[in-house]
Amino acid sequence: MRRFLLIAVPYLWLVALFLIPFAIVLKISLSDVALARPPYMPQLDISGGWEAIRSFFSALDFENFVFLTSDDLYWKAYLSSLQIAAISTVLTLIVGYPIAYAMARSAPEWRPTLLMLVILPFWTSFLIRVYAWMGILSNEGLLNQFLLWTGIISEPLTILNTNAAVYIGIVYTYLPFMILPIYSALERMDESLLEAAVDLGCSRLSAFWLVTIPLSKNGIIAGCFLVFIPVIGEFVIPSLLGGSGTLMIGKVLWEEFFSNRDWPVASAVAVILLLILVIPIILFQRNEQKQREAEG
Amino acid sequence: MNRFSWFNATSLTLGFAFLYMPMIILVIYSFNASKLVTVWAGFSTQWYGELFRNEEFLNAAWVTLKVAVMSSSIATVLGTMAALVLVRAGRFSGRTLFSGMIYAPLVMPEVITGLSLLLLFIGIGLDRGVLTIVLAHTTFSMCYVSVVVSSRLVSFDQSLEEAALDLGCSAYDAFRLVTLPIIAPAVISGWLLAFTLSLDDLVIASFTTGPSATTLPIKIFSAVRLGVSPEINALSTIMIGIVTVGVITASLITKQAAVRQARDERMAERPA
Repeated sequence: MRRFLLIAVPYLWLVALFLIPFAIVLKISLSDVALARPPYMPQLDISGGWEAIRSFFSALDFENFVFLTSDDLYWKAYLSSLQIAAISTVLTLIVGYPIAYAMARSAPEWRPTLLMLVILPFWTSFLIRVYAWMGILSNEGLLNQFLLWTGIISEPLTILNTNAAVYIGIVYTYLPFMILPIYSALERMDESLLEAAVDLGCSRLSAFWLVTIPLSKNGIIAGCFLVFIPVIGEFVIPSLLGGSGTLMIGKVLWEEFFSNRDWPVASAVAVILLLILVIPIILFQRNEQKQREAEG
Repeated sequence: MNRFSWFNATSLTLGFAFLYMPMIILVIYSFNASKLVTVWAGFSTQWYGELFRNEEFLNAAWVTLKVAVMSSSIATVLGTMAALVLVRAGRFSGRTLFSGMIYAPLVMPEVITGLSLLLLFIGIGLDRGVLTIVLAHTTFSMCYVSVVVSSRLVSFDQSLEEAALDLGCSAYDAFRLVTLPIIAPAVISGWLLAFTLSLDDLVIASFTTGPSATTLPIKIFSAVRLGVSPEINALSTIMIGIVTVGVITASLITKQAAVRQARDERMAERPA
């Protein structure tokens, strides 16, 4: 009885507030927009018996999905989200790897402090960390002031409200997700392997390519997925740092819902986004599982 | 055996400068006398004064705090239960679905979680406000709690609990007196994680709230959309300060607990 309650309480909570809402999204994505409250139809009325349920299901169709393919805004937004996510994942890796590497090679008594310094920004508000860049990147912002002062540029650069600002914002906010798994892979690495490689005639650089990189591969893969997956659906960064030209699907869904009030289309956008995310999520899970098995 | 080269030193310096400069700049400019956030015009604390006179911000802060305390506390209970189920309950029908539902919210884009919960609340005719935000936040943060707690439970030596049962404890007492104290650090960090997730959340709260309840992130977001403002800088500084103090205190406490536990274990291993 106790075991039953232990399982049932969280189980029912998740079914009611996670699974059922998805069923509703799926259902509304197949409905039509209507000038009513709630603004879609058909409405399911179970009290009408089987007849009502049958007519309800016959009114559902894939019209919204057809609409998504016909208007190029949507598939462009999906593609551009994937592109932005891919580019920013690579950028985060380039910025994050040297930091993780240096942390793993630092004196052991320093490592807990360095680790805490990487995690600390993660606890501060995401919104505030994105906002901090608005004052730095604007036309009269500190970065432009600095560059003008040094004489590198003579005209202020437009960075805020462009994709460049979005990349900076993503690299900045997601950096800890990249550093931590790479650091934990590098920290476990046996350094005598590097010495062996050097003794056997490897240069330092080729020892790095042939020994360090392959041994940290799992950390790199995990870090890349941890950045890539959430960035695809990102909303705050493109809407604060990006411009009108920044097309990301999270923003499109938000506007479809809050500005256009087209719930069925917003739901269809969500369903497709989920289908796109399933592939990297499964790959990520498989990588994690492989890693766990390798560790025994 | 430490080859700590200039290259490593440079990447650490640049890396941490990149991570901390924006926040340091934000804090410095919150004490700026000028309304123009990018021009320094001398030291002043006037924006803090304006912030504390701003009823809307104070109300939003109160709502946010209420939501965070309630949702993280419920999420900690549910998440710990879920962790016990994942690690201890063995096989039961629907186990795969259960662990799927625990891990899926971790990778779910917030826009989807928010949209789906809103559609549910409208579907069942629940008035949107504090209650709906609490329900929404509890649902996604309980998954984080259960991940944190189950990672501690996996390494937990179950023979300790069996010993307590053998010595006549009831199952409930064995859990309360043996298991809970041992997993307590993980439960506390789970609560803290849930709390900060709730404090931070903009997207899910925006979807699930109604006109009666505005949280701080919603308020900040709508102010920030119009551009940088010194009041928001002051508010951010306060929030950064609270988090910094909180995280440092928490890490000191866990460090102490780890030292104490190591000492106790050494004592236990010493032959009598």
